[in-house]
Amino acid sequence: MPDRFAIDTSELTRQFGNLTAVDHIALRVPYGEIFGLLGANGAGKSTVIKMLTTLLSPTSGTADVGGFDIIRSPADVRRRIGYVSQLLSADGALTGYENLRLSAKLYDIPATERKERIENALEFMSLVDSADKLVRTYSGGMIRRLELAQAMLHRPAILFLDEPTIGLDPVARHTVWDRLIDLRRNHGMTVLITTHDMEEAEALCDNLAILHRGKISVVGKPAELRAGLGEGANMDDVFVHYAGGSIQESGTFREIVQNRRTAHRLG
Amino acid sequence: MKRFIRESAAIVQVELIKLIRDPTEIISRAVQPLLWLVVFGQVLAQVRGIQTGQLSYLAFITPGILAQSVLFSAIFYGIAIIWERDLGVVHKLLVSPALRISLVFGKAVAAGFRGLLQATVIYLIAFVMHVSLRLDPFAIFAVLVSVMLGSGIFATFSLVIACIVKTRERFMGIGQLLTMPMFFASNAIYPLEIMPGWLRFIAQINPLTYLIDALRGLMITGGESIHGYAVDFSVLLAVFCALLFVAVKLYPTLAE
Ligand SMILES: Nc1ncnc2c1ncn2[C@@H]1O[C@H](COP(=O)(O)OP(=O)(O)O)[C@@H](O)[C@H]1O
Ligand SMILES: [Mg+2]
Repeated sequence: MPDRFAIDTSELTRQFGNLTAVDHIALRVPYGEIFGLLGANGAGKSTVIKMLTTLLSPTSGTADVGGFDIIRSPADVRRRIGYVSQLLSADGALTGYENLRLSAKLYDIPATERKERIENALEFMSLVDSADKLVRTYSGGMIRRLELAQAMLHRPAILFLDEPTIGLDPVARHTVWDRLIDLRRNHGMTVLITTHDMEEAEALCDNLAILHRGKISVVGKPAELRAGLGEGANMDDVFVHYAGGSIQESGTFREIVQNRRTAHRLG
Repeated sequence: MKRFIRESAAIVQVELIKLIRDPTEIISRAVQPLLWLVVFGQVLAQVRGIQTGQLSYLAFITPGILAQSVLFSAIFYGIAIIWERDLGVVHKLLVSPALRISLVFGKAVAAGFRGLLQATVIYLIAFVMHVSLRLDPFAIFAVLVSVMLGSGIFATFSLVIACIVKTRERFMGIGQLLTMPMFFASNAIYPLEIMPGWLRFIAQINPLTYLIDALRGLMITGGESIHGYAVDFSVLLAVFCALLFVAVKLYPTLAE
């Protein structure tokens, strides 16, 4: 059964010069799960997602995504996935509707269904009233919801979300979580989400993998991971234990600047 | 093929929407050609320093200034691409199943439409300044085709540079470094015959020269294409195809 897992990586590795950003990781995500990939800044989360979404080629190893090999059949993989990047990828000079229409065309949603699908997506993400406003006038939470709408428009089997709630206020964050839980429930969508927010991981994820310097240091359900550290341990303890330090200490200057910039644009 | 057209058209559509929404850019792009034609062109025409055969100097440089305007504004495509990369727009396009060539070709066609607007502006300026323009429909149509092709070439060239340098700062440096010499090492403001040998050699391998050569024959009454239209268009098409090929290879590296 090659297709049992939505994501199945083998020895997936990526180097940048001397740096091994992702180091022979083996990750299996069953269909229908919300799976969290956790790690400090610079742990390699985005690099994993970029490889799984065919944006970046692995140095060695490979992965099956939606039943297709990312190296041999990237086009088949692309048809089955949706992706929201760590950056804010909605085009500010276009309206929400125009952003969605572009996605609909690039994903070959038939012209007869286009309008209805876009309207449904806008409604699902509570963006109907803002559909004809320029995205540059949106709040951070609205942009993220629009990006989710774009990423799910073609009903992908698997959704990749790279730090989708970074820089959002708590209300906007909870809205994003609710939408993701709905997507999983109503469409059985598999979601791979990266975060360095423990509360998010616990609230949302069926299973977690913690990434530390390109290697997976532990995989498990949030409750199991806590229990594994003894009575009274919380998710922050789990993170400190497996990711080798608290979140704030790590990350290169470039990433911190980049995250701040995203956070700033969202704020 | 249908798919290629649909995807490219989707890219062209969003680019045109953005262009129409922000026409200030078109207006500001009209200033430079205006200066070249009204100031530079008229002054040099007065001194009669450059022999341009039976064409007036102003008529001689009008196609050159159109081509220049196409070249300079296409260079901004590279900056826009880098901007889109920083925003993550490029990532979103690349993760879609769209053919990579549709994404790149769509940008080139959008640049072509922008070029048409510039052509309109130059025609208006030239008309007001009594340059003897060819106004037969065939000639105008052929000019528009040449301008689209030229815009596509320079926009794709700009995209290729953007894919190589990847940051705005470096792009600005390289952009300046490439565009000015391309302009001066061409037949835009002086004929090939009066150039020293080495410069003429560079001009002969400069695609801008072939664009201007075709435009000179097609835009101006009494103007002629020295190389012949067949040569001009063959060179331009070949350059465009080669650049598209390279761009398709390099564009995906922007998301890495
Ligand atoms: N394009 C790149 N070129 C060079 N190094 C990179 C590149 N992308 C990421 N890295 C490096 O790889 C490591 C992992 O980065 P990343 O996957 O972005 O981490 P995370 O998303 O977990 O914060 C970091 O040390 C980062 O500097
Ligand atoms: Mg990251």
